Amino acid sequence: MFPLRISGLCCQPNGRTVLDGLDLELSGEGISVILGANGSGKTLLLRLLAGLLPADGGTIRWGGAARPDGRLAMVFQQPMMLRLSVHANVEFALHPQALSAAERNARTNHVLARVGLAHRTGDCARLLSGGERQRLALARAWAMRPRLLLLDEPTASLDPSATEAVERIIREIRTDGAKVLMSTHNLGQATRLADDVVFLADGRVQEHESAQRFFARPQSAAARAFMQGELPWRIAFEH
Amino acid sequence: MAHRFRALIAVLGLLFGAAQAGETLLVASTTSTEQSGLFGWLLPKFEQATGIKVRVVAVGTGQALDIGRRGDADALLVHDRAAEESFVAEGFGSYRKDVMYNDFVLIGPRSDAAGVRAAANASGALRAIARSGLPFVSRGDRSGTHTAELRLWKESGVDPKTLAGYKETGSGMGPTLNMAAATGAYTLSDRATWFAFRNRRDLDVLRAGDPLLFNPYGVIPVNPARHPHVKKEAAERFAQWLTAPTGQQAIASFRADGQQVFFPNARK
Amino acid sequence: MNMRQRNSAWLIALTVCGSAGYVLLADCDPRLLEIVGLSLFVSLSALCIGALLGLPLGAWLAVSRFPGRTALVVALNALMGLPSVVVGVLVYLALSRSGPLGSFGLLYSPTAMVIAQSALVLPLIAAVARQIIEDAWQEYAPEFSLIGIGRLHAVGLLLADCRFSLTVATLAGLGRAMSEVGAVMIVGGNIEGYTRVMTTAIALETSKGDLALSILLGCILMTIILGLNVIAHALRTWASRRYG
Repeated sequence: MFPLRISGLCCQPNGRTVLDGLDLELSGEGISVILGANGSGKTLLLRLLAGLLPADGGTIRWGGAARPDGRLAMVFQQPMMLRLSVHANVEFALHPQALSAAERNARTNHVLARVGLAHRTGDCARLLSGGERQRLALARAWAMRPRLLLLDEPTASLDPSATEAVERIIREIRTDGAKVLMSTHNLGQATRLADDVVFLADGRVQEHESAQRFFARPQSAAARAFMQGELPWRIAFEH
Repeated sequence: MAHRFRALIAVLGLLFGAAQAGETLLVASTTSTEQSGLFGWLLPKFEQATGIKVRVVAVGTGQALDIGRRGDADALLVHDRAAEESFVAEGFGSYRKDVMYNDFVLIGPRSDAAGVRAAANASGALRAIARSGLPFVSRGDRSGTHTAELRLWKESGVDPKTLAGYKETGSGMGPTLNMAAATGAYTLSDRATWFAFRNRRDLDVLRAGDPLLFNPYGVIPVNPARHPHVKKEAAERFAQWLTAPTGQQAIASFRADGQQVFFPNARK
Repeated sequence: MNMRQRNSAWLIALTVCGSAGYVLLADCDPRLLEIVGLSLFVSLSALCIGALLGLPLGAWLAVSRFPGRTALVVALNALMGLPSVVVGVLVYLALSRSGPLGSFGLLYSPTAMVIAQSALVLPLIAAVARQIIEDAWQEYAPEFSLIGIGRLHAVGLLLADCRFSLTVATLAGLGRAMSEVGAVMIVGGNIEGYTRVMTTAIALETSKGDLALSILLGCILMTIILGLNVIAHALRTWASRRYG
């Protein structure tokens, strides 16, 4: 499944070019953070990797194969919640795997404890707060024991304490052995979590560096501008 | 969840089972016998005597005969002599027996602008209605009453379809009388249903007793040779009871509005 | 009085009126009770069958994609408006002794009425269920496909997820069954004490000119149907508060 090689990826949803010849190579370890301004194509890239929509050009190779041979899980910005209990909202995701009911139950309880939702197992999922929902969605993904976990701006709408809880869980998932690929526009979060950083702008990968090197000295002008908070304003004036 | 479902099935089964207890007989008959209340009077006596519970589907004579042809009933009690005899001749019925007769009456608004009361006979009355152009409501449903009405029109030499005020409701005697009451029209009804009818407004009997208005009823057991599943014995007992002295007496003692409306005439 | 107290008051008032009416009836005429009881039995049985078959059918149709699916969906929606007399005639022809299912001898019995009303209610429930579940499916489809949920499992999850909206749809089917007269008249024969239900009794009494009795029966029928709608509304409100 790894290394993941993307070459010349293009995507024009609704006629507007968002990704324009994107090249990227990712290893199978650690947390890779996709950084970029709003509209730079972070979510689109994740969806393309998840196979939710077809690309208009370019290739994606998973360790040489056309399809990933390990399990993929994704947590969306607004994760879906069935009108069922917290427990059921995790357990149902395990049915496609060949597990007994007891095993599913055990795994569900285990991940719910690790994300700190064990005390709410029987409650209706739709009544959870935003932070709790994200933790539930992470629990669902984690219970599946994915090889690759895709996260689309997981803490975009959360307060600092909820954000901290979610970040802790993401680190634990990485420790468990999954590769994490997440998008964010929160620089602080990127500095806290990233092992390596992928910076997206103008439909392409402008930089792909280890986090240390990127934050110490970004190579591209766009990245520097982004870090200084200027990028969105520059785009508005130049176009 | 599963055992609750099974319990429901069991209860349903019991209900259906209970409904089948005791022998039942399905009789297709006419609306005039049911709506006049005759069956309500007669059938409990029959059940008491024989233990057979009779279920009556009350439709027009033509439809009752069709039900018999399809084998969906065990016996028929209808009033269209000609149609009954061809039913038996075609092999759908075992035989036909006279049971009773009642008569038809010409109904119309009390004011009687067409002069039906003054006419010489029933055919004359219909001709008077045709001339006056006043409305006439017909059942139009191939019932015994409808075929009798058509015979009357034929006798009077008038084609009712040519009349501007002629309306066919395609329904039973009750709805037809309702329409006549509401629109001040003339109509032909059997006496029994008329007596039991509650919504008369200003309608009244304008003509009765004419030989053309005589209306005989016959009972026919459906032929088991044609439809093997029919309840042959129960149907026979029904026909026999109706034509025996007990049944005949029961018919004679039925009163609608304080009057006798059905007259037994089974041959000894 | 806040909203909850007001709703409770309505429900209590309705129950009291309904019970009072029922008690009056019981004094009045045991035949009336028989008629009301049979109406409820036939319509509720038809509802169970219609729901057991219609809900999974609607759900499966909502999540499936195959050539001709659109035509099937349109046909199902059209069947919602199937006239009850048409269903009555078709079931009559099927159950008649001269028909394909004649050997069962089901014509002119409560069973035939249940069959006819099931045929009426099934497309209604299936069509509404399809719409409800398809709307939910739009929301869940991407995640379901990522997780790898199979179609059968998806149907089960969606039925559980939409259970409150589906209950309301089912109650709509019950309303349709209880208020129709064409089908039960034709296949039941309106036999006194055996296949006479509220609607056919109203038709008969009206044709006999006994309008007072017709109106009484009509009021009882309306009270039952109104009660059903009150329950449906209360259920929906409670569910959204409890389950979001």
